[in-house]
Amino acid sequence: MMLIYSREDEGASEEELRGVATAHRALMDETKSKGIFLAADPLEPTVTATTVRVDRGRVMITDGPFAETKEQLAGYYILDCENLDDALSWAARIPTGCQGGVGCIEVRPIREMSRTAHS
Amino acid sequence: MSELRATVEHVFRQESGKIIAGLIRVSRSFDLAEEAMQDAFTAAVAHWQLKGVPDNPAAWITATARRKLIDYARRERTRRKNEDALLYVGELRCEDADQDMSLPLEDDRLRLMFTCCHPALNEEAQVALTLRTLGGLTTEEIARAFMVPEATLAQRLTRAKRKIQQARIPYEVPAAERLTERLAAVQKVLYLIFNEGYLASSGDGLVRRELCTEAIRLARVLTELMSGNAENIGLLALMLLHDSRKEARCSVDGQLVLLEEQDRTRWNRGQIAEGLVLVECALRRGEVGPYQIQAAIAAVHAEARTAGETDWKQIAALYGVLAEIQPSPVVALNHAVAVAMGEGMERGLKLVDRLGAEGELDSYYLFHAARADLLRRMGRNAEAAESYRKARVLTDNAVECGYLDRRIADIEG
Repeated sequence: MMLIYSREDEGASEEELRGVATAHRALMDETKSKGIFLAADPLEPTVTATTVRVDRGRVMITDGPFAETKEQLAGYYILDCENLDDALSWAARIPTGCQGGVGCIEVRPIREMSRTAHS
Repeated sequence: MSELRATVEHVFRQESGKIIAGLIRVSRSFDLAEEAMQDAFTAAVAHWQLKGVPDNPAAWITATARRKLIDYARRERTRRKNEDALLYVGELRCEDADQDMSLPLEDDRLRLMFTCCHPALNEEAQVALTLRTLGGLTTEEIARAFMVPEATLAQRLTRAKRKIQQARIPYEVPAAERLTERLAAVQKVLYLIFNEGYLASSGDGLVRRELCTEAIRLARVLTELMSGNAENIGLLALMLLHDSRKEARCSVDGQLVLLEEQDRTRWNRGQIAEGLVLVECALRRGEVGPYQIQAAIAAVHAEARTAGETDWKQIAALYGVLAEIQPSPVVALNHAVAVAMGEGMERGLKLVDRLGAEGELDSYYLFHAARADLLRRMGRNAEAAESYRKARVLTDNAVECGYLDRRIADIEG
């Protein structure tokens, strides 16, 4: 799974954002044609975020994202990659300007549910 | 019995990296490979005592360890009989591979090097894992060499192995487009291991010596496996040329002896001869890189029979090249010192002070120590003492402190 973390920059121009969207569409098409595309979605900005935390049975709901960092989760890809090097190559090609500013990609394996259910 | 133990230990030191590299390929697990190899060595002690040491001990260990892997797979399968079939995929491969695995492949160690030095692992983990698997050092030895608690180091290794498994760091030599960058990471780890053994003067001396020997051995392996790479050769040459001075750079009472004051008859001529040949051979390939340049600098020192004969102009020129391909304040400082020695103190000091004005080196003890040395050579003793004192505050290494204290005492005699 490739999590896109991006700086939210309201000052980004329409044109810049259109460019990012076009690049995403191209990458999705390419990974689909290779048969490794599983899912990808953009997220609304963090002003729409709500954090849910359960502490000893008590549900606590707070406004905004959990961490006060400059880069926020902006979207994700799920690709079926052979190994980490393969995943890192794809990750390097994911545009990170989704929320206007520059960003980075966090790559993490998805845990296989069958494995956790049984062990 | 003790003779047998020594044989087993020798086989372990020489062959364990090769053996474990093959076992990891087959089992796809660092842990299983390690366990199988350990069991095989334990079995070797008992078996060889009765039947004698086989002609090819490494092949015996490999074959035994491979059988252990198959045993583990069977044991595991029985244990999990009624569980998800998917779980067995990894173990089954063990048996499938039994056919084609006669002896480890030459490439296995290279695969292992690239995996241990994968940039997805942090640098400390890369170093520890390389020493543990390729170097065959025990967790305790590595912990002692790096002066961290054994439990900390064990945890570092466990985490690294888990990340390799879970994040699926591949067990392969990287593709051509990534090779240069990834090879640089491998070279850096070997260089870090060497420096840890060479520079740090605290801690257990013997274990530190072991780090240098191990780094040289691994650099040799890397050079053999990827002989076309000039920087691999440069790195090996650099290590040999530095290591050649090890007997001379520490006095009997453990004090640091500067290059200028070393008894050059105590330099290891064999290592120097090999280092010089390698530097030549690397540079002739025409793919200049930082390790080769640093090796060339060490070679110029090695060729001078006395400190006075040192060709400082050539050293200054080489630092100039290094500053171009790998610019850093430390390289600039070394360049300035070489200029001072080759072209005159005034000119060198001017360069040093210009660097100092940029501020980046202000907290670097060697900057003040180097400036102090130039001032001392110029006879500006009061200023020299002041700079030695500044350096003194910035290091807590006992050997370095001892050196600076002696300098201050000499000046103020």
